[in-house]
Amino acid sequence: MNESTRAAEVPGPVSVNDLTLRVATVNGSGSQTANNTLLRALFHMGLPVSGKNLFPSNIAGLPTWFTIRVSGDGYVAPKRDVNVLVCLNPASAEDDVRSVPPGSLVVYEETLRCERYRDDVVLVAVPFQKLVKEVCEPVALRKLVVNMIYVGVLTELIGIEVAEVKQALDKAFAHKPKALGLNRDAVRAGIEWVRENVSRVSPFRVERMARDEDLILVDGNTAAAVGCVFAGVTVLAWYPITPSSSVAETVAHLGERYRRDPETGETTLAVVQAEDELAAVGMVIGAAWAGARSMTATSGPGISLMSEFVGLGYFAEIPTVIVNVQRTGPSTGFPTRTQQGDLLSAANLSHGDGRHPCLYPSDPHEAYEFAMAAFDLAEGLQTPVFVLSDLDLGMNLWMTKPFEYPEEPICRGKVLDAEGLAKMEDWGRYKDVDGDGVPYRTLPGGADGVGAYFTRGSGHDAYARYTEKGDDYIATMQRLALKLETAKSRVPEPVLDGPGTAVGLLAFGTSHHAVVEARDHLRDELGIETDYLRLRAFPFTDSVREWIEAHERVYVFEQNHDGQMRRMLTMEFPSLGARLHSVLHYDGLPPDARSVWEPIALDAVPSVKGGA
Amino acid sequence: MAGPKTNRIGLPVTDYRGVSSTLCKGCGHDVISNTLTTALYEMGVEPWRVAKMSGIGCSSKTPAYFLGPAWGFNSVHGRMPSVATGALLANRTLIGLGVSGDGDTASIGIGQFVHMVRRNVPFLYVVENNGVYGLTKGQFSATADEGSRLKDGTVNDFAPIDICTLALELGATFVARAFSADRKQLIEILKAAIAHEGFAVIDVMSPCVTFNNHVGSTRSYDYGRNHEGPIHEFGFVPAWDHPEVGGGGEDTFDVPMPDGGTIRVQRVGRAHDPRDKGAALRLLHEDAESPEYLTGVFYVRAGKPPLPQFLKMVEEPLATLPEARVRPTRETLAEINESYR
Ligand SMILES: Cc1ncc(C[n+]2csc(CCOP(=O)(O)OP(=O)(O)O)c2C)c(N)n1
Ligand code: SF4
Ligand SMILES: [Mg+2]
Repeated sequence: MNESTRAAEVPGPVSVNDLTLRVATVNGSGSQTANNTLLRALFHMGLPVSGKNLFPSNIAGLPTWFTIRVSGDGYVAPKRDVNVLVCLNPASAEDDVRSVPPGSLVVYEETLRCERYRDDVVLVAVPFQKLVKEVCEPVALRKLVVNMIYVGVLTELIGIEVAEVKQALDKAFAHKPKALGLNRDAVRAGIEWVRENVSRVSPFRVERMARDEDLILVDGNTAAAVGCVFAGVTVLAWYPITPSSSVAETVAHLGERYRRDPETGETTLAVVQAEDELAAVGMVIGAAWAGARSMTATSGPGISLMSEFVGLGYFAEIPTVIVNVQRTGPSTGFPTRTQQGDLLSAANLSHGDGRHPCLYPSDPHEAYEFAMAAFDLAEGLQTPVFVLSDLDLGMNLWMTKPFEYPEEPICRGKVLDAEGLAKMEDWGRYKDVDGDGVPYRTLPGGADGVGAYFTRGSGHDAYARYTEKGDDYIATMQRLALKLETAKSRVPEPVLDGPGTAVGLLAFGTSHHAVVEARDHLRDELGIETDYLRLRAFPFTDSVREWIEAHERVYVFEQNHDGQMRRMLTMEFPSLGARLHSVLHYDGLPPDARSVWEPIALDAVPSVKGGA
Repeated sequence: MAGPKTNRIGLPVTDYRGVSSTLCKGCGHDVISNTLTTALYEMGVEPWRVAKMSGIGCSSKTPAYFLGPAWGFNSVHGRMPSVATGALLANRTLIGLGVSGDGDTASIGIGQFVHMVRRNVPFLYVVENNGVYGLTKGQFSATADEGSRLKDGTVNDFAPIDICTLALELGATFVARAFSADRKQLIEILKAAIAHEGFAVIDVMSPCVTFNNHVGSTRSYDYGRNHEGPIHEFGFVPAWDHPEVGGGGEDTFDVPMPDGGTIRVQRVGRAHDPRDKGAALRLLHEDAESPEYLTGVFYVRAGKPPLPQFLKMVEEPLATLPEARVRPTRETLAEINESYR
């Protein structure tokens, strides 16, 4: 063993393709490209990977952590214990080093002297600052380039394939040949330093795996944005807020690229960065009223501001899509942490009666599909529809199925042109002709001057005339409620799994990933079989009710304190409320399997307490 | 038998009327609705191309009371600007026309108002300014003059927000003030504003006979009559009447409008030239210091691209674009997928 490596007396066997790697850096130090290079290289080795960025609400200076999990079993939820740690941040180094289990591999900048804190881990002190001086002449760039040195160090230590690292670098710096050269040198310096100075075999290693699926690596916000653009969105108005901004930014970017006529310079996609979320949602409602396919993207505080307008959209029956990338609330909360905390507020947003369809994607592929489907759903029902993503899905990179091109044409719902209107007998803007609660609408500005009506958020009758009559109001409210019934046949059905036991687990969105692993653990380690329902939409379809009815005990796992989904289920199915039990996770971080299986195990088999 | 009298596009004036008003008798807002009816009729505006927008308030109810065959949207309090912005982006062929109140614009809606001005949304924005919230029974709004009194004697201690000054400073390209009782001037200003491309705001003093028409109010009919100071005599000669323009004499000057019409200004009173922004601001600051209520067109400027042009939106309504123009191709999606492999 070389002098810069101090091994603890914890040899043990080498673990392959099952590790959690954490890089601790300072926010704003430019480590993201390095981290993504690692992630991409591992992904290209055929390994199931997930990457989670834990960042502060700050532009530069505070600690930030990037955690990659490699799981040969295919699990993508995070794991609590870190096996490989890279310490570059003096402010968090001691805590970071003390947090890892014995036997972990700890790589650190040598001047941090992390050997002071532990003698039961494998320590690799790297002279990062010295090395970066050698490979990077420009002083100003060293802060960035130093990150690639740890990429090189890890590559050599844990066995990442150099060719894949190179390819990932080529991709990251495709249009910056100079930066590519510098970063390649840095990676090489890291690799060579390990070759020359470290003789010990890392206790955690990776090896190529065969992958039989075609997968891409993408974040949920990008996926949702692609879905919106392929849904044919024509007006986007938004106000910046973490973690949703990149949905709007990506839509705008794709719009510039694919929706602007290269010859005329004209675009079919209007993008307005509004002055606030009230204006953003007002614009998309105005645009939808005038016939655009419109959308906005926001997060909790923005949702609160949009409340009044969403009620208008509901009552005046104006379709729009609101992508809500949830973050930890209430109030400003943890702006850079995740949560499933807007379930109740989204579904019930605004004063007075009213419930809104919500879709709950659990991975980027679904974010893409649901974002696209949301437009047809909104226009089909003539009402605002929410896509409830979250920070974990939106801002982290995930392995996911490639986006599939929509096979169905865009469906704008019941829109009448002059011809259609002429065929309608006694048309009324808010008349239920088909018995599904959804009326026929006309769009402003038809050159023919027919079908004009007056839209208002105050009382109106079937012909869009102002009314203060109780009967008219009751008829409208009943029809609006009927639309929600109609929605049940149009929203995505839940995904069911399980052998058919008495114990059910119900989850949705990103909670899914912890549940997958937790169910295996419950079955394999604790002998508890579970059935699983992954909910994908509100309103709940009949199959949700039937599934709950078929289970004696249903654990509803969600990422919030109040058990919001359990409450929604109880409100919709009051007689089944007693079967529903909350399992909650709400520290702002994506849940791991243990936060699912432990409470269930303790509840189902009290004897497990203290064990496991 | 002669049919009813029609305008230049062959429509009778009844096509420019709406349902009957439910406002208080004598309310200034009704006068404005009627004047709008006349102006739109005489301008020969196609009703079905008009999007009549409003927020909430007595004033915001009025779009129902004129231009019945048009499209209407009575939205939420103070948020007409955002709704209108979206609608006019979605359909560039629409003619945007909005009616708001002083509360709707300068109190709850001030944020959206200023941003609508900044963006130069192609829109005629009429503020029916009575200094109070009519619909909630007469509380002061943000345009109430300092020292003015409510009926019960309550004095307003705060300085007013002046809509014209604000709009002018934010780059509005048509800024005017009027008094609902001076219909002769209002109609000319409305016509010119209809012909204007881009954002036009007209701040119209419109007395609330029920809550703000007493002695001590600075928005009463009497106050208006006694204090109105026209900054010029303003006329609008539409494009189709253009041959008649000319020979205005020494006391007049003409401002051509982008639609081919002409603004004719008579040098009466302060003889304000509405092309002079500096002079407009000086006038407005002067006005703020005096009890006088200046009316006329403070500023007109042509040529600033309205929002849809600025964003280079296609000219067709977005609603009817074929799928091929709004959904990128299969190859594009393949390319996107490839970039994440
Ligand atoms: C969010 C909200 N707050 C308060 C109200 C109550 N409200 C209705 S109209 C109005 C004031 C209207 O004043 P103004 O715009 O000046 O119109 P006016 O009635 O004077 O013509 C208020 C406060 C409302 N409708 N919505
Ligand atoms: S309360 Fe005032 S503003 Fe409202 S209708 Fe009556 S007079 Fe007009
Ligand atoms: Mg008012």
